[in-house]
Amino acid sequence: MSLLGLTAVEAGKKIKASEVSVEEAVKEALTAIEKKEEKVNSFVTVDREGALKRAKEVQKGIEEGRYQGPLAGVPVAIKDNMCTEGLLTTCSSKILGNFIPTFSSEAVRNLERAGAVILGKTNMDEFAMGSTTETSFFGATKNPWNTEHVPGGSSGGSCAAVAAEECFYALGSDTGGSIRQPSSFCGVTGLKPTYGTVSRYGLIAYGSSLDQIGPVAKDVTDCAVILETIASHDKKDSTSVKREDYDFTSALKDDVKGLKIGIPRDYFGEGLDGDVKEAVLNAAKELEKKGAVLEEFDLSLVEYAIPAYYVIACAEASSNLARFDGVKYGYRTGEYDGLHSMYKKSRSEGFGAEVKRRIMLGSFVLSSGYYDAYYLKALRTKALIKQAFDKAFETYDVILGPAAPTTAPKLGESLSDPIKMYLGDIYTISVNLAGLPGISVPCGLDKKGLPIGVQLIGNCFEEKKIIRAAYAYEQTREFLHCTLAD
Amino acid sequence: MKQYETVIGLEVHVELATKTKIFCGCSTAFGGAPNSHTCPVCTGMPGSLPVLNKKVVEYAVAVGLATNCTITKNCKFDRKNYFYPDNPQNYQISQLYLPICRNGGIEIETEAGGKKTIGIREIHMEEDAGKLVHDEWGENSLVDFNRSGVPLIEIVSEPDMRSAEEVIAYLEKLRMIIQYLGASDCKLQEGSMRADVNLSVREAGAEEFGTRTEMKNLNSFKAISRAIEGERERQIDLIEAGEKVIQETRRWDDEKEYSYAMRSKEDAQDYRYFPEPDLVPVLISDEWLEEIKAAQPEFQSEKMERYQTEFGLPEYDAGIITSNKHLADIFEQTNAICNSPKKVSNWLMVETMRLLKEEDMDVEEIRFSPENLAKLIKLTEEKVINSSVAKEVFEKIFHEDIDPESYVEEKGLKTVSDDGALRSTIEKIVAENPKSVEDYKSGKKKAIGFLVGQTMKAMQGKADPGMVNQILAEILDA
Repeated sequence: MSLLGLTAVEAGKKIKASEVSVEEAVKEALTAIEKKEEKVNSFVTVDREGALKRAKEVQKGIEEGRYQGPLAGVPVAIKDNMCTEGLLTTCSSKILGNFIPTFSSEAVRNLERAGAVILGKTNMDEFAMGSTTETSFFGATKNPWNTEHVPGGSSGGSCAAVAAEECFYALGSDTGGSIRQPSSFCGVTGLKPTYGTVSRYGLIAYGSSLDQIGPVAKDVTDCAVILETIASHDKKDSTSVKREDYDFTSALKDDVKGLKIGIPRDYFGEGLDGDVKEAVLNAAKELEKKGAVLEEFDLSLVEYAIPAYYVIACAEASSNLARFDGVKYGYRTGEYDGLHSMYKKSRSEGFGAEVKRRIMLGSFVLSSGYYDAYYLKALRTKALIKQAFDKAFETYDVILGPAAPTTAPKLGESLSDPIKMYLGDIYTISVNLAGLPGISVPCGLDKKGLPIGVQLIGNCFEEKKIIRAAYAYEQTREFLHCTLAD
Repeated sequence: MKQYETVIGLEVHVELATKTKIFCGCSTAFGGAPNSHTCPVCTGMPGSLPVLNKKVVEYAVAVGLATNCTITKNCKFDRKNYFYPDNPQNYQISQLYLPICRNGGIEIETEAGGKKTIGIREIHMEEDAGKLVHDEWGENSLVDFNRSGVPLIEIVSEPDMRSAEEVIAYLEKLRMIIQYLGASDCKLQEGSMRADVNLSVREAGAEEFGTRTEMKNLNSFKAISRAIEGERERQIDLIEAGEKVIQETRRWDDEKEYSYAMRSKEDAQDYRYFPEPDLVPVLISDEWLEEIKAAQPEFQSEKMERYQTEFGLPEYDAGIITSNKHLADIFEQTNAICNSPKKVSNWLMVETMRLLKEEDMDVEEIRFSPENLAKLIKLTEEKVINSSVAKEVFEKIFHEDIDPESYVEEKGLKTVSDDGALRSTIEKIVAENPKSVEDYKSGKKKAIGFLVGQTMKAMQGKADPGMVNQILAEILDA
């Protein structure tokens, strides 16, 4: 097995033991990227020079004892909506096609403090709007399991890069399922933390009240380690929470005895693919075998989550994306006649169709006369969904269900029917609306050989419970390598 | 002709005196090089997030308490969306749904001498925008973000005012309160206090309000008065001519004394307000509220009373000196050094006011130090200089803040009280003016005034007038 077949923690151990140098690890990753990018297109930017330079610094830091953590020297890929100082950050949009930030996002800084080496920036749906990574201005990312299929989205680049073994791990962001759904499609493990756990400072906002950065990795152990590294109370982010616990790795125990797992009937109804259903329920049975207690229940309100989500996320996005106007940075149209013409043309030419659709939707629901009917109603729905989860967590430690209703669709299938694409977020979206943590763990392949993910949802600030359940489940199955991984 | 009533409500923006901006740590100092007080937050760079400056909340609450408002203990920020290059995010963080203060009011004195309460509907916190600088040589405009993110409060009154006089009285009272709090320097000319006037007219006795217009660009009390008169007449003319007043925003041109329509209600922007998701609600606990209450300063009425009891100032003097926080501060600081309240008060009420008027200056613009005024008072008390010299020295202090002790020394302005020197000068004057001496001796005692004047002139004003009188009388009566 190649070095890149190792998990981040395994690679970190080898580096620490001087079996592999940081430079070797980085070079191997860069070679893998060179070899596979033509097929996968996971990256928008590969920072070859920067990574090699940084590898030397980190190597020295490890030898001098400055970097002692488990991720020291391990190469990582960052979703292209997180600012990286001096390194192109595009959100996969033409409008930010030339944008080089002057500061790094807090999550990236936390990784760097732990000795991470950034390989480059991963592709995504433009401004994280989409579920397939096809809306990227820089071309679609392909699913490494079958390059005729999408990797999911919006963190499709991060998930594909991990699955194709172009990097050891990656950071993604999740507003409505953007870590968990592509993790499920790419057969990797992705965790969306409780809202407020990872600082949003430096994350280019899509839906501010829903966005959360999280790890994408090969296994649960990596996810726990990465989360422990990136989570922090950041005074620069007013929505950042000072948590009582950050020791997520302490939950890596193969012990689910007595753990109460709720299985929402609403998540197994119409629209769910048969293979997915079977694989997810099998995963539940494995946990039951280990002593977990399974129980079906009705979560309710599931069908309202999607409209509420699209109203809230698009409303926030319509305002968050207003700053991309061609005035100070980013794309400006070539010819224009006055200020408004410049605004109009820069934005019309700079944004893609899906982004425009959501900006228009968001502007509409906030406009005078519609605010109460749409935006306020969506906020009330959000509050009710949170209540439904609160009630469920009075009884259950963890909620288990699929991460997505199907496996990865073929390229080009989804964009023609946006409503269908939006419906694909049905199992992930309410988790964002309620601010809860969720993890997607690979639980098998469908008949076409495409990966399926099981989603475990926890109560706010109870990442440890889902990490424990995910870890225990992970012990029951073989790790699946995709064809492009070699 | 019909009688009309003017109905006026004000929206007053006040720039708060915090050291740093409302959502970042950048300096609020005035006059830095363009874009020298900026960071990713106040220039709206992607990924940056706002963090609320606590001091802004404290100032806003302090103003709310001083204007008898109810404090919203769980208030929130909202986004006001509009595109303009001075607004780096293309939205302004403001408050619409849950402003920090509501339902207050302040009492003003009307022209007729009565009292009237002007209601305050709400006070909300928001951020200021940057400034556009137009390139005089090219077609470009440049943006300076130094002002971007400077904290403001907007104080929205009820439509309770009926004349320009009431508006000015309200603004003066508001300014005084805010200055007493130290929450802002409230300079209209520099824009740290800005008032937009909402005005409508209706027939006297009518119940319904007329259609109102909003007037902007008013940067002095005089401009506000003129704009109110002008707009009142414009609206009455329209009504008299059978036309309709259009609800619109107008820009006042104080030089032309006319307002121009900027935009009508029809093309008013839809700001698409919604709760700011990057900020958490501001929870004002009882403890915090108590702390702010406890830190409220002594206001005018209390100060005025204390000046009468503690310093024995007449009510009139105490009223004038406390009418402005800056003036009261100078009074207290000066008196703390020289301990002669009545004299300090006189210098401020008479000479200072005269010079302010002469120079067309605002009380805020007084720059002399209390130390120098105190020294001057000491010099007069010790009779080192006489009162006419003192006035001359005070002008120097007022304009240049000179040290009166060294100035008097350098210029040789000390009163001559040396009997011998005075006596020889007087003898000379008496010898040179036989006519006046004769007049005096023949009973026209007033003639001594002329001789005193001549003596003072000869002594370049530095003689002690009492001594001059005394010596002259001695010589003449001998």
